[in-house]
Amino acid sequence: MFGVFCYIGMSVIKVQHISKHFGSLKAVDDLSFEVQAGQVFGFLGQNGSGKSTTIRMLLSLIHPSSGSIEIFGQSIEKNRTDILEQVGAIIERPDLYPYLSAKEHLQLFAKVRRRKIPVTAIEETLEKVGLANRANDKVQTFSLGMKQRLGIAIALVHNPSLIILDEPTNGLDPQGIADIRELIKKLAIEEGKTVFVSSHLLSEIEQVANQILIIHQGKKMVEGVTKELLDPQKRIVQIKTLNDAGTLQVIVAGSFSNYLLPRKEGIFLKIPTYEIPLLNESLIKAGVSLLGIETKNSLEDYFLQITSNA
Amino acid sequence: MWSLIQIELYKIFRRPRTYIAFGAIAALIVVIQLGLKIDGDTYAAFLMKDINDTLTVDGKVLNGYLICYILLQLLLVHVPLLVALIAADMISGEANLGTLRLLFSTPFSRTQWVLAKFIAASVYTILLLIWLAFLALFVSMWVFGTDDLFLMKSNYVVLIEQNDVLWRYVGAFVFASFSLLTVTSLGFLMSSMANNSIGPIVGTMSAIVFFTILSTLNIPLFTVIKPYLFTTHMNNWKEFFDIQVNDNNEAIHGSILNIPKIKNSLIVLTLHIILFVSASIIIIKKKDILS
Repeated sequence: MFGVFCYIGMSVIKVQHISKHFGSLKAVDDLSFEVQAGQVFGFLGQNGSGKSTTIRMLLSLIHPSSGSIEIFGQSIEKNRTDILEQVGAIIERPDLYPYLSAKEHLQLFAKVRRRKIPVTAIEETLEKVGLANRANDKVQTFSLGMKQRLGIAIALVHNPSLIILDEPTNGLDPQGIADIRELIKKLAIEEGKTVFVSSHLLSEIEQVANQILIIHQGKKMVEGVTKELLDPQKRIVQIKTLNDAGTLQVIVAGSFSNYLLPRKEGIFLKIPTYEIPLLNESLIKAGVSLLGIETKNSLEDYFLQITSNA
Repeated sequence: MWSLIQIELYKIFRRPRTYIAFGAIAALIVVIQLGLKIDGDTYAAFLMKDINDTLTVDGKVLNGYLICYILLQLLLVHVPLLVALIAADMISGEANLGTLRLLFSTPFSRTQWVLAKFIAASVYTILLLIWLAFLALFVSMWVFGTDDLFLMKSNYVVLIEQNDVLWRYVGAFVFASFSLLTVTSLGFLMSSMANNSIGPIVGTMSAIVFFTILSTLNIPLFTVIKPYLFTTHMNNWKEFFDIQVNDNNEAIHGSILNIPKIKNSLIVLTLHIILFVSASIIIIKKKDILS
């Protein structure tokens, strides 16, 4: 077994030109990216965009049609078992054994590690995900949210260096979502873990990830540092009026036309923050019946903007 | 690997479904034993009706050894169906549940998981057989007592002294374990090809029925392939109860009439087990886990 020594800046995941075809369907198409040690890497995409297929390829559950995947500098194809010793993952739904308890699940998955997992680690992990009081209850009595928490506990019980979480907030209530968000931050900041988290709940990724990649129809749309992609110097705004067609003509004829975003519905502009008051003023001067200018500078809007252009 | 086997065994014996087969075997055996205990003499008289004029048999014909033989004849045909319930669910059941991806993303190879699952399913099969042996042999010996074993074959009778019987049952049960492990491996192969349990369970049962029919048909075309069908060999545990005779037509103590036939059957069954398990490993290794 090789030891895993991660230092900040080291490439923990290196994906190069991977593709996966299912018959004529291209689920993932020439995807490349890198995840550095200590990062919380947000992997975004709509349902069916290829996120889970990519994650399954990272875990060698699916064989790529082409391309290569390296984790901790080793090929997943050649060093699968060594790599997976240091990886914890949940994949899509939290499917578990209904006839086993939460504690039994952790005992079972602690056993499939080469090093001995102390009993206290099982209790601590259950505590960490808020299931300590239901440790001995069978999973068949659990809600979806509780199963999701248990799935995360299974991913964490062996204290892995890399944690891959596929849609970890699925089925959780707002408090549960906030708890998982805090847990991800804690894992990265306090424990120095590398977290690869996928979601279509973009607001969640926005709050935890320092690097994001947006995938659409199996292809990489954009990748970069979250703060840079959101660009606080520029904001996406939606202009709400009583007459969109007329307003659009005013904008196209004026000096703000360069900021216009192509959208099927509504009027959206990506505009420097300092120019928003000027836009407001010019629209009123032009006699536009303005209902409001809403800033839409969230990752979700960014995501929609990117994917609607695709 | 040992930890994987432990996990698989733990999962098997935590499921209520596992105990259906144990319960079914117990119920069947107890009902048959009860029936023979109450009306056994009539049954024994029916067995002996054709030879009563030519042969006088002293002692207790309907003893524990004969009861066990009758039970094995009845049950070893049906136990494979009970084995299929678990074996054919081992991989496909996990795929259906969605837990296969959890197992296959642990630091063990798919080959190790498949072998662990097969070994665990085999342990279940052997335990089921031990349960059958305990009820059919030892309980029958306790309830009906022991005496020489008197068997009516198609055109001859076999009389085995009671102190020459027990080891034959040991041999028969060991042979039966190979037969049932062949069924386990077949169920396993079916299981590796599907993502739900029903198909492999029905498929395994159908394959057993289909090949059993081919094995029993005396059509020249099928005669060629018969020696290679596992179903042809599954019931050859009975060979342990065919005994050699000397020139005076007296049974030779401790002998078996056709040892090569038993050896041949064991080889064919073992080859089937190896073939089915190897095919399962190849299929699983190549499979994309999409469930």
